[in-house]
Amino acid sequence: MSRSVRYTLFFAGGALVAVLFVWAVVGMPSFGSNFHPYRDLAIGATIAHGTANAVSSVNFDQRAIDTLGEETIFFASVLGAAELLRPSKEEREAKREHGGMFRVMASTRFAGYVLLPLTLLIGLDVVAHGHITPGGGFQGGVVLATGVHLLYVAGSYDALERVRPVHLYEYGEVAGALAFVGLGFAGIVIAGSYLSNIIPYKGFGHLISAGNVEVLNFAVGIEVASGVIVMLAHFLEQAIALQGGPHE
Amino acid sequence: MNDVVLVIALTLVAIGGTAVVMTNAPERQAVTLGVYGVLLTTLFFALQAPDVALSQLAVGTAFVPLMVMLAIRKIRGGRQ
Amino acid sequence: MSYYPYFVAGWLLLIGVFGVVRSRNLVQAVVSVSISQSGTYVLLLSVGYQRHATAPVFGSTEKPNLQVVDPVVQALTLTDIVVSATVTALLLALAIQVAKRHGTVDPDQLSALEG
Repeated sequence: MSRSVRYTLFFAGGALVAVLFVWAVVGMPSFGSNFHPYRDLAIGATIAHGTANAVSSVNFDQRAIDTLGEETIFFASVLGAAELLRPSKEEREAKREHGGMFRVMASTRFAGYVLLPLTLLIGLDVVAHGHITPGGGFQGGVVLATGVHLLYVAGSYDALERVRPVHLYEYGEVAGALAFVGLGFAGIVIAGSYLSNIIPYKGFGHLISAGNVEVLNFAVGIEVASGVIVMLAHFLEQAIALQGGPHE
Repeated sequence: MNDVVLVIALTLVAIGGTAVVMTNAPERQAVTLGVYGVLLTTLFFALQAPDVALSQLAVGTAFVPLMVMLAIRKIRGGRQ
Repeated sequence: MSYYPYFVAGWLLLIGVFGVVRSRNLVQAVVSVSISQSGTYVLLLSVGYQRHATAPVFGSTEKPNLQVVDPVVQALTLTDIVVSATVTALLLALAIQVAKRHGTVDPDQLSALEG
């Protein structure tokens, strides 16, 4: 299919989609209206279960099964990318030494070493307080994973490799996923339905409250952090280790 | 007042998205994608969604542009 | 203003597809797909918005303010952002494999389906 045919097809189809979209949109309640029936039901259930962050409550308490599906997609795509990025035989034989071949400015190194423990602490805080303040397992996990890579920015690829044995993080990812599924089965045993809120949830806005939401936040945080580290490890290995350092 | 903020944020997001798509060099698209991520974060804040804004900030400014750059580097280097 | 955010969401969707049609490099196509995905985030969050309402996070007050925006759509968007970024990574890994196998990432030259 040549380019001009493709463009014509796109404009025809795009015009049709635009017409249908505008027609659908003007039938909706206008932007900013007061008509939100799901909001009323969800907020009522959130307060009844003692969670201060309604979004975390919907994610890990009221609709935890959907979050299980999402993190399974995450797990599968990390697995798929790791499989696709396995080094081939020629690449493994040609793996060069890449040491500390590039010079890092002293200010960058200082900033990296100061910011690394701070970022890890902030990531842990975002995961742990997911049921009280904005945050949670998904956000905190990504912050933790990118924080670890500050070591690459401030130091060298070798330093990063020493601190980050990849098989450890693969186990971490599996542990997080199993913890989520296992807590769901505990819900069947104790309360009769999968992923029901079984840990006691007294107190509103305290650190120990909201029951299942806290534990599931930690499980998802561990899984997302480990998964992102594994994914970035494979990309970095392909782009940096298997064809030399950035001195070219 | 919030309406004005929302209209400005929405217009900036629309312009940013068009700019990302119209960039011709893939390595420049990584940079434009990072800026677009920050614009989306501001829009999400204006729409009263701090969780979503935190998620977009963490993912769209560090994770995705980094992987795009690494993919481009690998593709360029492998073809030599 | 009543429908402007929805039109912006539709525009982002269509401009993302246009980016895929226009691309000369598989990495450009993947980035354009992620622009389309961000259109759906804007649509979801705009559906849940209410004027003069605050974020659905209560803090530790004993009597929480009930005029908040919709938390259900925010929960949908939140997990979607992280998971879509990972799927984008999977697509980029596919693009790298294509470059290794065929030596090119130009979609116009990749038309033959080889066995």
